Amino acid sequence: MSETSRISGYAHPDVLVTTEWLEQNSASVKIVECDEDVLLYEVGHIPGAVKLDWHTELNDQDKRDYLTGAQFAELMKAKGIDRNDTIVLYGDRSNWWATYAFWVIKLFGHEDVRILNGGRAKWIAEGREITKAVPAAAAVNYPVIERDDKTIRAFRNEVLEHLGKPLVDVRSRPEYTGERLHMPDYPNEGASRGGHIPTAASIPWSSAILEDETFKDVADLRHIYFDATGFDPSDDFIAYCRIGERSSHSWFVLKYLLGVKNVRNYDGSWTEWGNLVGVPIAVGEEPGVFTR
Amino acid sequence: MNSNAQAVVDDFTFLEERDRLQLLLEFSEQLPDLDARFGENPELLERVEECQSPVFIAVEGNLQRVSLHFSAPQEAPTTRGFASVLSSALNGQSAQEILDLPDDFPSMLGLDRLISPLRVRGMRGMLSRIKRKTREIVAAGN
Repeated sequence: MSETSRISGYAHPDVLVTTEWLEQNSASVKIVECDEDVLLYEVGHIPGAVKLDWHTELNDQDKRDYLTGAQFAELMKAKGIDRNDTIVLYGDRSNWWATYAFWVIKLFGHEDVRILNGGRAKWIAEGREITKAVPAAAAVNYPVIERDDKTIRAFRNEVLEHLGKPLVDVRSRPEYTGERLHMPDYPNEGASRGGHIPTAASIPWSSAILEDETFKDVADLRHIYFDATGFDPSDDFIAYCRIGERSSHSWFVLKYLLGVKNVRNYDGSWTEWGNLVGVPIAVGEEPGVFTR
Repeated sequence: MNSNAQAVVDDFTFLEERDRLQLLLEFSEQLPDLDARFGENPELLERVEECQSPVFIAVEGNLQRVSLHFSAPQEAPTTRGFASVLSSALNGQSAQEILDLPDDFPSMLGLDRLISPLRVRGMRGMLSRIKRKTREIVAAGN
């Protein structure tokens, strides 16, 4: 199946663009690169793209939380992004951090945000132009929009209330079973217990990705997220991982590709749940049960 | 800490925080190319499992002088930068000077707020492997 016919099969095909489309339309959008490797942009990026640093620019530097509305407006102004602009995000590692930035930007309700299907790797693999030139930020005004923590974000108490409804753990299998407290080769970022939130299905985030780092077609995705889990697509979903970034990727798949109406990302994720006093935890291969 | 390592720490900490990433990028661009003989004998290289990007190291030499070799892809600039920093600090030093470098050296560069803990740990992994291989040289008594 061609990439464009795959995209047209998604619930919201307008949030994904192809490399070809971006090359032809780059002048009419704001391109933003967001990578795990925070030096990668400097090595070379899509012409016109600005850099967004997930580690230093999206979070409050003191409190464990995202930017305030005022801080976000300043960030957008610094990037030269107007409230009415179309933002196209892309990045390394199958757009893992690009979808994370997408989710954070959506907390502030920016209307038109899209993902470059296949991300940085596909653009480069196709031999398309990259540059080291950093564009000058356009002079723009961005309004102060209060962050919406209700619609696409879940907090720990909401997760507790949610138990019994579809819950997706997107971490690696050994993290889910409790064998490991962190990804292979990654540090333990401080969880005192291993395992998963009871009732959560294990669907590692990369299940949604093909070898060229574009998304799988909708039939495959439906099978992975619904048929294999027994989850009802019309139900409310919550996704979580370790600190909320991998689960942004799965949140994106559920909401925009599969069209689940209410999906929230639990950004506290395992680094919070695995440390909370008194909450239930399941270990092993099975989702486990929760009784109130 | 040997004078080369101290100079690297001074270079980083002298700068404003935001400029330190630029310096790390410059280090990444200066990572020496891998000696061609390693391409023919990849078994001489050891993979640093702690790093998120594929990076390989080789440690050779004797008690008086130890040579370090690194290989990391262009698409992994942070990893290359860390490798290049360690190369500047340690390449050509004596075995004892390598073992004397504090394990906390990666944090002494003042990058902890700029680079995720996962990444800083990767550099610690590189350093601990360099030290382990250096101890092997010491144990062999060359």
